[in-house]
Formats: sequence, structure tokens, C-alpha cells
Amino acid sequence: MNYLLGAFKPACNVSITFSDGKNRKQVPMKKENGQTALVPLFHSQDTISGKVCIDPYQGKKVEHNGVKVELLGQIEMYFDRGNFYDFTSLVRELDVPGEIYERKTYPFEFPTVEMPYETYNGVNVRLRYVLKVTVTRGYSGSILEYQELVVRNYAPLPDINNSIKMEVGIEDCLHIEFEYNKSKYHLKDVILGKIYFLLVRIKMKNMDLEIRRRESTGAGANTHVETETLAKFELMDGTPVRGESIPVRLFLAPYDLTPTHRNINNKYSVKYYLNLVLVDEEDRRYFKQQEITLYRLKEDTSS
Amino acid sequence: MRALAGVEDEEKWLAEGIAGIQHNAFFMHRALDANNLREVLKYSALMLSELRTSKLSPQKYYDLYMRAFDQLRQLEIFFKDESRHGLPVVDLYELVQHAGNILPRMYLLCTVGSVYIKSKQAPSKDVLKDLVEMCRGVQHPIRGLFLRSYLAQVSRDKLPEIGSDYEGDANTVMDAVEFVLQNFTEMNKLWVRIQHQGPGTVREKQEKERNELRDLVGKNLHVLGQIEGVDLEMYKETVLPRVLEQVVNCKDKLAQYYLMECIIQVFPDEYHLQTLEALLAACTQLMPTVDTKIVLTQLMDRLSNYAASSPDVLHEFLQVEAFAKLSNAIGKVIDTQLEMPIVGAMTLFVSLLTFTLRVHPDRLDYVDQVLGACVVKLSSVPKLEDSRAMKQVVALLSAPLEKYSDIVTALTLSNYPRVMDHLDDGTNKVMAMLIIQSIMKNDTCISTADKVEVLFELIKGLIKDLDGTNVEELDEEDFQEEQNSVARLIHMLDNEEPEEMLKIIYVVRKHLMTGGPQRLPFTVPPLVFSAVRLVRQLEAQGGNIAGEDVPATLRKIFQILNQTIEALSSVPCPELALRLYLQCAEAASDCDLEPVAYEFFTQAFILYEEEIADSKAQVTAIHLIVGTLQRINVFGVENRDTLTHKATGYSARLLKKPDQCRAVYACSHLFWVDDPEGIKDGERVLLCLRRALRIANAAQQMVNATRGSSGPVTLFVEILNKYIYFFEKGNPHITPSDIQSLIELINTEMLSDNGNTTIHSDPFFSSTLRYIRFQKQKGGVMGEKYDSIKL
Repeated sequence: MNYLLGAFKPACNVSITFSDGKNRKQVPMKKENGQTALVPLFHSQDTISGKVCIDPYQGKKVEHNGVKVELLGQIEMYFDRGNFYDFTSLVRELDVPGEIYERKTYPFEFPTVEMPYETYNGVNVRLRYVLKVTVTRGYSGSILEYQELVVRNYAPLPDINNSIKMEVGIEDCLHIEFEYNKSKYHLKDVILGKIYFLLVRIKMKNMDLEIRRRESTGAGANTHVETETLAKFELMDGTPVRGESIPVRLFLAPYDLTPTHRNINNKYSVKYYLNLVLVDEEDRRYFKQQEITLYRLKEDTSS
Repeated sequence: MRALAGVEDEEKWLAEGIAGIQHNAFFMHRALDANNLREVLKYSALMLSELRTSKLSPQKYYDLYMRAFDQLRQLEIFFKDESRHGLPVVDLYELVQHAGNILPRMYLLCTVGSVYIKSKQAPSKDVLKDLVEMCRGVQHPIRGLFLRSYLAQVSRDKLPEIGSDYEGDANTVMDAVEFVLQNFTEMNKLWVRIQHQGPGTVREKQEKERNELRDLVGKNLHVLGQIEGVDLEMYKETVLPRVLEQVVNCKDKLAQYYLMECIIQVFPDEYHLQTLEALLAACTQLMPTVDTKIVLTQLMDRLSNYAASSPDVLHEFLQVEAFAKLSNAIGKVIDTQLEMPIVGAMTLFVSLLTFTLRVHPDRLDYVDQVLGACVVKLSSVPKLEDSRAMKQVVALLSAPLEKYSDIVTALTLSNYPRVMDHLDDGTNKVMAMLIIQSIMKNDTCISTADKVEVLFELIKGLIKDLDGTNVEELDEEDFQEEQNSVARLIHMLDNEEPEEMLKIIYVVRKHLMTGGPQRLPFTVPPLVFSAVRLVRQLEAQGGNIAGEDVPATLRKIFQILNQTIEALSSVPCPELALRLYLQCAEAASDCDLEPVAYEFFTQAFILYEEEIADSKAQVTAIHLIVGTLQRINVFGVENRDTLTHKATGYSARLLKKPDQCRAVYACSHLFWVDDPEGIKDGERVLLCLRRALRIANAAQQMVNATRGSSGPVTLFVEILNKYIYFFEKGNPHITPSDIQSLIELINTEMLSDNGNTTIHSDPFFSSTLRYIRFQKQKGGVMGEKYDSIKL
């Protein structure tokens, strides 16, 4: 019975630890089963080093054709499930074929790894980084162990960051001019702005500012576009009169945003838009969408 | 939508709202107890979301608001205590701004904001500025008003005014003012906007609702008025211009009216005085439908009271030329507000006048200026018909009378009569009566002809028929009352100086002559007497003063008198004229002007002959003539004869015998004037008396013939008395035997009269007899005279 059981169980326990695991920041990440787990955070050019520990179960031996650790950067399209596209793949052979009788530890290191893309978890696409340990075996199938990483890349402060200013309207009905203080915001930024009402001939119920994420995947005829509204923030209640200016102050921190991704490996793009929506008393919506660029600013060390 | 819903629905919605608040407040309190910030924010936002309703009327919404307000106090206490939520207040300030809905977000922000200021971790002015700015997001009028009212309330004790904890460094009172002004401006805009909310059909209801909300807006002005450290300079340069700008620009009559009222009430008088120009300029820019007059009236009332409060402040009024400014502004308001009914304009003038009278009692030119402006306004409209406007004009005209209590002052106002011209006849009379009453009450003597001229111009409504007066409408009693007043007035016109007095009389006469037949009987006598008084005055001075001129003057006066009385013939009113002639005759006689006196008598006689037909009137007239004639001693023998002859002749031709008899024996006096120089023609006296006796006899017989019994012996007794009188006066032609026989005659008459019946003694007769007995017993010279008479 014992033997039988043992035949279906992996013969060993494989674990991956990072050399700076104690100090490295961990961030929550949603797993496929819906639960969130804390995952270590890396940045591009970080050195990923650690140990792989193979610990055979009591009285077992692990016969293998080699042990390797891979660092994979994958893009996964959901409509093309199971088909990963690896844009990064680094391999370290840890052991030559042989047998392992007792706990064995292999240090590994990927020095200054180029990880150009951020981890992304979208509606139709996912970009992930993963450490994959493979204990290659003959018949009984290889033993695989994965360790997810989260990669976030900081962007420098943009050199040019113009405000967004625009006048829009419906003839003889509504004319507004809006202004957002920047076109590029970092993820903890505050959107400041003003909406000037130049002409108001409709009765309004309210005015909202929405943050919308537009995720487009695939290319050509296969392009899938998915738009989500991530934030809906009421700016104004009631109808203003001509000449009124309504302040905008929207803190981005509470929302689950990512930086803007443009054409990641020709697979997908993630763009953000500010959508100004006016709702009149008949529930008609008037809106104007403006793209904004989101970027990740290096946070203070304290946070 | 709200307009269509019934009251019941509204009650229901309110109940639902309250239930929502209570429900979420419950969870909020649980979270508060647990110091769970996240939950606190969640449930407080949910609770505040109940205030997002659009279904309630302002009153009901207020109810809801108050409940939320109570809860927010609890929340504020929690926010204050960092140890409970563990977040620096600045972070909290950001955190509450994450709320998605603006209304709960703003309420929370205001609440944290007040804590933030209190913590002094940020300059209060910055926080206040941020709050007031962020509140712009709520543009719904009612929700916005209440939100801002909440802001005003939580910030009230945190303004950086002078003496407060929050003042100092960069935070000045200016920031406090700036904040309140901004909040005020925004609230007013919202308030004004309510009217554009619903359909026009519910306009009236909206007006009412708006009115209920006005104090929310006005509160800001109260705060402005209370901020410590707003000095005149700041008020003048910042506060007032900004407030007025908003008032003028909002172009809403309700708001403009209310806010102007507020401004006037809230800020000190002294400031008003110093900023009068701006304030008034604003008044002229208000909407035409605004009741500017009330606003201005209040302002002037306040200023008048201020002026009255202390004499020290009066120079300030002069300094700022308060009157000129007010007057200017009122002119402008009246010019620009064409819609304003005339009554409005008049009310304004009344206020201005009251102001002037209180502040510048010495400046009559101001008063006149006001009246002048009033005239201009009145001239621009057709005849005044509005009775309320009329009342205002009366008030306008009465004010100077009351203030100066001396009509003379009013008479110097050149515009006064011109204002009166615009009154309708009825009111004009009322006003004229008021003037007269004022004169009477104050016992004012009008002593120059010029003033009299003006005065009569003023009261001309009483003096003559104005054009278009409907004579039939006149109430007889009122008319008499009026004319009697005029008559009384004439006696108030007096001057010690005869020349001036004469002028006065000329003037009065000129006016009175226009009065027409109805008035003359009332007005001529006082005029005549007034002139006669002057005559007597001149006569008393004996011509010493004015030399030769006096007789000429006198003659002139008598000429006037003559003409004046002549005017009565048009009435006609012969009895009165006759009396007046006689009066004049007597006066002339006293002045030794025989021809004049004669002329008057002639006139009297002519009147008697031609005009007096009524027998009773004739009797009275004869007695008057006789009485007057008897006293006049100026006539020469010839003239006197003519006149006495005439008089006796008339007497004998009276219709009724008793009247004849009495007139005739009265005439006897004409021949016996009981003073040293008087005529004493005993014979003719006797003739008269005898004639009287004859007539009495004839009368007695006539009575006998017609009634079968002789009348009373009264006539005889009366004649007896005359006999006794002349006897005592020493008329040699009256002898005791005459008396004796007359007494016997009477006795016989009495017997025959009563026939068999008991002797009915006539009381008059018995008293006469008693008198004779008395004289006899008394003895002395008189007693001796009577000695020979036997009773």
C-alpha cells in the first residue's frame, strides 16, 4: 500500500527560496483560483538568486536525468488557453543526471535579468514571470515546481507632461472646457482639474469622472478589445449655470491600476482613459474620453 | 417631479430618508465604538447618501439634514481623536476624498476639514479655501445650499478673525472674510437658481420655498457682520463691494430685496454712512421689480436713528454729504424703475424727507429740494389717482408741519404749494385743513403779506372751487367745517404794523373774493372784522404815527370793506351784509368819517329795502339798524335826521303790529342818546312812544276782533318800561301822569281781557310795578320823581 501510494506521489518535495527572501518586498497577487497570495516583487535588472531544495521523502530516492531552473516570462492569452508565449527564458542547469537520496540544495543565480515587461493580469491576457524547476525523469514524468514573481518597473518622471485641455460641446446645448493638470500620472497621483461650463442648456443630474482601462489583445482581425471602468467618481451634483467651474480632484491610489502598456511584445496593449460623463435628467449620457498615460513612479523606500 | 407629488408622498419619503440615516448611523456607531475607521467611513458615507434625495421640499430636507447633522457631530469627535483611528489628520483629509459620491464626500471633507483646522497642522486659510472651492461640485441648489450651510456652521468658530486661535502668521482676518464672502456668493447663486428648477406652474410655491431658505444665505452676512477685525477700511474696500456685486449681478428680485435688507440690518450704521455711495449705487441697479423703496426706507430709517442717537455723529453726515447722495440715489431709482407705482416714489420721498428733517433740521433748502423732486415726479404722471399715493403725499406734506410746528417755515418752501397742486381736490382740502389745524394748534401768527399769499396758495382748495370739482358731491357739514376753519384762520393773520396788516388784508381779500357765493358768507365776516380791527388800531394810534397818511389809509380800508361786503350781494346774503355794513358804519363813525359812515348806512338801507323781504328778517334788521344808528354820533343833524327818519319810517311799515310797535318804541332811542354830547330830543321820543302806544292799541283791537279775546298786555308793559326809562333819564316830555295813565290803561286792559275770571297778573307788569314802588320807597332824587305816581 505504501509502495502504491508512493508511486502516485511525487517522490520528493521541491522548494524554491530566494536569497533575499526575508527582506524582499512581497505584494499580493491574485491567483487563478481567486485567492490572493503574497508574491515577491522584482524589478528589471534585479539579480534573482536563491536556492532550490530537493528533499526526497523518507526512504525514497529520486532518479533523474538532470535538474534545471528556468526563469520564464510568459504571455498567456485566455482565448488561446494553455498556449504560452515565452518572451524570456533563462535556464540554469543545476545537476547532471543522477540520483538523489537525501535533501539536496542547489544555489542558482540569474544576474541582472532584463525583465522589460511588468506582470499584468488582465481580462483576456496575462503576463507573468515564473521560476520553473524541472527534475527531469524518464517514465514517471518530470517533477515541476513553479514560483511566481511579480515584476514592476519604475518609470522616470516624464520630461514632457502637458496638461490636457479641451473644449467640447453639442451645438446650442452644452459647451464645456475641461482641463486636467497632466497627461501622465503615476499610480499614486492625484488628478486635478477643472470643468468650465461655457453653455448649459440641458438639465443635468450629475457629472462623473471615470477611469477606463482598454485592453486590446491579438493583432489584425483577431484583435480583442475589452474595456473596463475601474473608477466612477462623481464630480458634480445638479446642473451648473454658465460660467461655473467645477473642481476635479481624484486620488488614483484607491484604484487597482497598472501602468499603461503599449504593444507589449506585439501581443497586447493596456491603455487608460479619463472619461468625463454628464448625465442629464432624462438619463442621456454625454461623454468625452481622453487618454492618459499611467506610469509607475519609484516609491519612497518607506512604503 | 416633486411638484406633482402630494404631501403624503413627501412624508413617506422623509420617513424613508430618516430610516436610512438611522440605519446607517447604527452601523456607524458600532464602527465608532470599535474604532474601525474603514467601517466608519463606509457607513457615514452611506448615511450621508440619504441627503442626495431630490424628492423633498426644503422644509422636509432641512429635517433630514438636521438628523444627519447630529450624527456628524459624533463623527467629528471621532476624527479629532487620532488615537482612535490611528491616522494623521492630513491623511484622513485625503482618505475621505476617495468617496465616490460627491455629496457624502463633501460632508465628510468639511467635517475632517474642521478637525484639520483645529489641529493647526495646516494654515486655516488653506483648508478653508480648499473646502469652499471643493463645494462647488454640488450644484444642486437645495443640496448645495445645505452643504454650504454646513460648511459655514462648522467653520464659524474656526475663522482666522482677530483674537481667535486661528489668526496670526499667514492667516489674517482677510482670509476669514474672503472665505465667508466666497461661500456667501456661491450660496446666493444656488439660492437664486432654485427658481429655474421646476415648471413655471409651481412658481408661487417655489417662491415660498425659496423664502424659507433665505436665512441660510443671510447667515453669511451675519457672520461677516460679526467677524472681529473687519474695520471700516476693509468693509469699504472688500466686504461691501463684493457683497453688492453679488447682489446686483444675481438679478433676482427676491434675493436682491432680502440681501439688501440684510446688509442694512447687519452692518453698523457708521459703516453705512461711510459707504453710502456704494450702497446707493447698488440700489439703483436692482431689478425693477425689487421693492427698492422699502430698502431705501429702511436705510434712511437706520441712518435717521443713528443721527438721532448722538449729536456727535451729525458732522459725519455732513462730511459724507449724506443727503445729497440719498437724494441723488432716490432720483435715480425713481427714474430707472419705470414700473414703480407712484406710491412707491412718494414713499421714498417721505422717507428722505423724514431723514432730512431728523438729520438736517436746519436745512430748509434740503426739504425744499425733496419737495421739488417730488413735484418733478408728480408732473410726469397724469393726475394722481392712487389713494395710497395720495396718503403718502399728505404724509410728505405733513412732515415739515409736524417737525417745525411752525407753519411759517413751511411757507418758505417754494415747492410746497407745487406739491399740493398735484393732490386731488379732496386730498388737497384735507391737507389744507391739516395746515390750518397746525396753525391753530400752535397758535402761529402769520405776519407778512408774502406768507399769507403763500398760505392762501396752499389752502386754495378751501378758498375756491378748483377746476372740475363736483359741487354736488360736497358734504354740507364738511363744507361748513372747512369754511369755518378758513374763517378761524383769517384771525390768525395779524401784524402789529398797520401797513403790513393792510397788505395782508389785501391779499386775503384777493383770495377770498374768488371763493364764490357759497364760501363768501363764511369768509367775508372774518375779513371784515379783521379789517375793522385794523381800523380801530389805526384809530387808537390817532394818526400820530403815520401823520396825514392815516385818513387816507383808513379811507382805503373802508373802500375795501365796502367792496368786500358788496360781494356778498352775489350770494345773496343780505342779512349778513347788512350786519357788516352796520359794523363798518360804526367803525367809520369812530374814526370820524361821516361820509363813509353815511355811505355804509345807505348801503344798509338799500339792502333793507331791496333785499330783505322776510318780515322776521326785517324786524331783526330794523333793530340792528336802530341799535347801530343810536350809537353813532358822527352824523351831522341833517344826515342824522335823514337816517333816523328812514329808520322810523321802516319801523312803522313792518307787517305785524307787535313788530311795528316794538320797532317804533325802539326808534325812540334814536332821539335820546344817553351821553353828554348825545342828541336829546324829548319831544320826538314822546312822539315815538305815543305812536307805539297807538300801534299797541291797534294790535290789541285786531286780536280782539279776530280771536274774541284781547292778547296779552305785554306791548303796553314794554312801552311803559320805555316811558319809565326816559322818565328816569330826565326827558322833560315824559311826565309822571303819562306813566300813571299808562299803568291804569294796562290795568283796564287786563281786566277787560280776563273778563270775569280772576285777575291774572302779568309777571312783567308786576315786576315793573314793583320797580316803581321800590324807587318810591328808596327816596332820593329818583324817589321824588316817582312820588307823583300812584299805584
